[in-house]
Amino acid sequence: MESESLYLNIDYVGSSGIILSPEQKAALQTSLVILQSENKFSKVYFWGKILGIKDDYFIAQGVGKDELEGRKTFYSKDCIHWGLLPPATRQMRDTSKLAKGRFTGDPSFEFEHSETKKVGEGEETAEEEETINIKEEDRLSSVIADIDEDVRIVPRAAFIKTPLAHVIPNRSFEGLTVSESAKLCNYMHFRHPKLLLEKSLLQRANLDKAIDFLDTLEEDIPKGSWSMQFERGSGLLTLRSLLWQGYVFYHIPGTRKFGSVYMGTGEKNLDLPFML
Amino acid sequence: MELCFFFEQAGIGLNREEIIRIWLALKNLVDTHPLQHVRLWGKIFGTDQNYYVAEVEYRDNEEEEGEEDEEAEEHQEEETEKEGEEGEEEEQEEDDTPKPDFKPPPTIPKEGPKQGTNKKTYFVCNDPGKPWVKLPTVTPAQIQLARQLKKFFTGRLDAPVVSYPPFPGNEANYLRAQIARISAGTHISPLGFYQFDEEEEEEEDAEARDNFVENLDFEGIPIRDLVEPSLANWVHHVQHILPQGRCVWWNPVQKNEDDYEDEDEEEEREEPDEPEPEQGPPLLTPLSEDAEIGNIAPWTPKLSSSLVPQYAIAIMHSNLWPGAHAFASGKKFENVYIGYGHKYNQENYSPPAVPAVQEEFPSGPEITEAEDPTPEEEAALRAAKQEAAEAQEEVEEAEEEEDEDD
Repeated sequence: MESESLYLNIDYVGSSGIILSPEQKAALQTSLVILQSENKFSKVYFWGKILGIKDDYFIAQGVGKDELEGRKTFYSKDCIHWGLLPPATRQMRDTSKLAKGRFTGDPSFEFEHSETKKVGEGEETAEEEETINIKEEDRLSSVIADIDEDVRIVPRAAFIKTPLAHVIPNRSFEGLTVSESAKLCNYMHFRHPKLLLEKSLLQRANLDKAIDFLDTLEEDIPKGSWSMQFERGSGLLTLRSLLWQGYVFYHIPGTRKFGSVYMGTGEKNLDLPFML
Repeated sequence: MELCFFFEQAGIGLNREEIIRIWLALKNLVDTHPLQHVRLWGKIFGTDQNYYVAEVEYRDNEEEEGEEDEEAEEHQEEETEKEGEEGEEEEQEEDDTPKPDFKPPPTIPKEGPKQGTNKKTYFVCNDPGKPWVKLPTVTPAQIQLARQLKKFFTGRLDAPVVSYPPFPGNEANYLRAQIARISAGTHISPLGFYQFDEEEEEEEDAEARDNFVENLDFEGIPIRDLVEPSLANWVHHVQHILPQGRCVWWNPVQKNEDDYEDEDEEEEREEPDEPEPEQGPPLLTPLSEDAEIGNIAPWTPKLSSSLVPQYAIAIMHSNLWPGAHAFASGKKFENVYIGYGHKYNQENYSPPAVPAVQEEFPSGPEITEAEDPTPEEEAALRAAKQEAAEAQEEVEEAEEEEDEDD
């Protein structure tokens, strides 16, 4: 969620158990402004919090002109001092999936993963143990990248793609209506589209190129990985991801207000198919 | 309300506005039921709706009205039990012998009201303001099965729990079982806030004590000691649930001989590996005795503020039941649970395997199939028989003749 109105917006996700203490709110409000001006971001988002065993990480993301490209991620343990996270490379993300268990709260902690591999051919097979060390900082960075890719969502038409392929906020976005907001097809994954390219030309014929440049939630597998609830009558819509427990998206129908925040342990819910 | 303030300091809990609505709903609950003590137990997220759970205690001598979920028989028994032992030590009730009308497959009797897993009664509602629904009492079988399950709540109490192994009951029962498990695992209080009743202590030495009273002389433990990593200053004040699904061990051998202890699934984390009787840690055991989950400490102690530690409060986050929190400050403490109602597991959940296919009847000569004899063979056999019979007859005739000769 946007850092400028963090103080107001954090209340919208309070019913999902996401709450910041007054001290944290005060600290974030000042430090995020400093972060924004120091790094010359056009916007800073409060991304969420990853709970560790000894300590928690607060995550913020800064964006330049383009909303989708060139996001920079920062983490902090005290809401005041922010450190830049290395961008997650493909290899980092693959290796960090091997790390199991909770985050500890110490960025220099190393997870160890050892696996036995069979080396050699035919009869000369020998088992070789290979140990991979995964630094917690890298794992943090890749988990954030994973969450962004899997569940970061925006309402349809909130962002548009310009002819120059920049993704910018849509100035004429006026929010979804109540009936629109109850449909999953009106929410889109805010990532580089993957499923869109697989659609046939016939399916793509009706899409608006400026608006429908993202994947919709309707095609998510498994079905039912989102829990949609209306609160305050129909004044507030909350979408909770069951795949990444702790990811909450809110939208107030009829207004431009929407946002999302993650507060969880940073572990993907791989048991989802059993739990539905 | 005050407790809400403390939780907000801790960065856990719900909106203030929501808390006020819940508080009003709780007030409504008190107005309509004869309750002695009510508190907000927590909130459980479901896929369609959420549950707000209130933990209540009925006033003494007040019979719970409209026990719609109990069978008539049990209801009567409870009444007789209550009439006989009202106000006396509950230990006698605790030793409930197996009821005579039990059916052959051994069922572990559930614990009566106001004891063990059913010590408190729980009400749930989907939205503050909607009517509170009383949850049925929990049976040991439900607890045992709930341990093997990991399902999302839907938010509808009458929804069926589609699972393997099949769960006895609907979502209300599953919710109640999870509440019992979470309470047993995560309700903690500062050391010394509760103490055992001394009079009872003398009477029952060997038996597990299940009663405690508030310690009036409790002074409060300094915050600094409460957040010590050793956790020795926090104690559980809800009885541990044994693998059997009860807090007090019930001997299945009393009535029928067949031992079904092996059915008991995996031991709970603190469970010492003892064959029988099962024993859990006694009440008011310090948290330092809690077993680790893999290599993770079961609790994370924290101060609410790092800048002004002298006015901070101590917070405990449970790592075993993510979403369970407790705080203490001076003489006050409170527990709350806000989450999905699942236990943390380092390994991924895998449903228990389907039992092995039953073995076939051991094949022996009695049931081995043989080929039917062909007509030629039958004819041959018949001829052979006839010959034998003729030979026999001849012999017999000869014998008879001999007999006649004699």
